[in-house]
Amino acid sequence: MSALLDVRDLRAGYGPVEVLRGVSLAVGAGEIVALLGSNGAGKSTLNNNVSGIFRPTAGSIHFDGEDITGTASAAIVERGLIHVPEGRRVFPNLNVRENLELGSYRRARARRSANLERVVATFPRLAERFAQKAGTLSGGEQQMLAIGRALMAEPRLLILDEPSLGLSPLLVEEMFNLIGRLNRDGLAILLVEQNVAQSLEIAGRAFVLENGAIAHQGAAADLVDDPGVKRAYLGI
Amino acid sequence: MTPSAVRSLLFIVAFLAAMALLPAFIRSEFWLTFLILALYTASLGQAWNVLGGFGGQYSFGHAMFFGVGAYAAAVLQVRFGINPWVTLGAAFVLGGATGAMVGALTFRYGLKGSYFALVTLAFAEVFRVLANTFEFTGAGVGMMIKLAPGAANFQFVAKTGFYFTILSIVAAGLMVAWWLKHSRFGAWLTAVRENEDAARALGVDVFRVKLGAITLSGAMMATGGVFYVQMFQYIDPPLAFGAGISVEALLVAIVGGMGSIFGPLIGAFTLALVNHTTTELIGRAPALSMALYGLLLIVMVTFLPNGLIGGLASLARRLGLRQRSGGDE
Ligand SMILES: Nc1ncnc2c1ncn2[C@@H]1O[C@H](COP(=O)(O)OP(=O)(O)OP(=O)(O)O)[C@@H](O)[C@H]1O
Ligand SMILES: [Mg+2]
Repeated sequence: MSALLDVRDLRAGYGPVEVLRGVSLAVGAGEIVALLGSNGAGKSTLNNNVSGIFRPTAGSIHFDGEDITGTASAAIVERGLIHVPEGRRVFPNLNVRENLELGSYRRARARRSANLERVVATFPRLAERFAQKAGTLSGGEQQMLAIGRALMAEPRLLILDEPSLGLSPLLVEEMFNLIGRLNRDGLAILLVEQNVAQSLEIAGRAFVLENGAIAHQGAAADLVDDPGVKRAYLGI
Repeated sequence: MTPSAVRSLLFIVAFLAAMALLPAFIRSEFWLTFLILALYTASLGQAWNVLGGFGGQYSFGHAMFFGVGAYAAAVLQVRFGINPWVTLGAAFVLGGATGAMVGALTFRYGLKGSYFALVTLAFAEVFRVLANTFEFTGAGVGMMIKLAPGAANFQFVAKTGFYFTILSIVAAGLMVAWWLKHSRFGAWLTAVRENEDAARALGVDVFRVKLGAITLSGAMMATGGVFYVQMFQYIDPPLAFGAGISVEALLVAIVGGMGSIFGPLIGAFTLALVNHTTTELIGRAPALSMALYGLLLIVMVTFLPNGLIGGLASLARRLGLRQRSGGDE
């Protein structure tokens, strides 16, 4: 299989509670794939298992042809699979610059200053706040920072878990523009979002997670018209 | 090295040079002892700072490492006739090993916050009970070091010998703290303190980073135990493993400023001065002077949550001085 990320029959959960009951999905190079599902469906659980924060109980995960099932997050980051977790996970008492630099200690360390310039060009707002503590940034700025920090590691696949959570409509718009731009530069993205309509607009393909398994999948344009998806997620 | 790393290194060197010249100007035995004890407390605080300040893992039982060092020095000297300078190395290794063991047990199971604090407290207590029990540690009676004056025996006739020894230990601690401020390991440790999950997502091996920090911290703390034994030539279980030492170590770091290079030193000197002043003022009524000391602590922690260093930095900002990014020193 030539997909960049290939997840097969993944089973995972927390202790005795199984959340994912055999999930299969794939993300190809240069693609945006949307992962949809209601609250508690297991989207973040999937992300955390793919990025090595948790270990799955069964199934396999391949990244760029290599088996990374159960591998530690450090080794996964080294390969270029970078996960921006849900919620604003910045380092609150470090300043913006220090937060960004922390993105490059595991990967792309040698090109740190070049990447710093690139990230700053992408997020000019961060540049103005270089010496400000991350904890004092606005919610939107913190989300930008978390993404910028991930970009410091020169990702080959970026997993974004609800990047527009809690952002004002204007910033949500900006966020989706940014995701589109990153993708046009060749970056593959696995996007988890509550903004279903906008996600399906930007994504090439999409998967819908229900009850721990993939209930719908296909080209994003087709899923928009799927009656089941429409009823459940678009409120139509 | 970045310019800020060079700047803070120069500052450390200048500080140490000044401290090295100081004894030449001090005529009073009292003030020399005062300096020695303040530096000694600072070294304990710096050990705690490595794990608690930089790593955010608040130990309430650092006495366990201190006691391991103190007993390593005493037992090796008294029972095996080993030179105390050699025991300093042994204590360093044993303190580190104790740290690694405690870290492996607690961090493996994800103990954090107050749970971690309580478990370290319990460990120190276990060590105290063990030292109280075994014959080779002198049990409840404790151990006395044979008087053998001479620099070769780490028993200085002139107090300046102790002064320069503890200054060297403090210097090593400053270098460790400087390294944590400017190295990849230090950046990872800080990331773990700030947000473990985010750190993990960036590929930080959280368990190993914490393990490294507690090992280093334990080794540093143990050298303080050796110094204590050589200075006072006596150790017993409550002195070595009691809560007093644990509190002293965390207090100077918190009062001075956690996670900063000079925090423990500033905290140690401030508390030593406060202690001295309250005793002078109230005379020899220990209960009252302890109460005043406690009151001052409450005031400091309430109004300076980032320690004296944090307070000084924000004062400097308010006075419109050069803005510093994140309080390097
Ligand atoms: N650390 C945890 N320990 C135990 N159960 C958990 C843990 N994290 C999540 N769960 C449970 O696993 C299920 C899936 O959670 P998950 O966070 O993956 O959902 P999600 O699809 O990301 O939801 P949302 O859209 O609200 O973010 C939920 O029932 C949740 O309660
Ligand atoms: Mg989620």
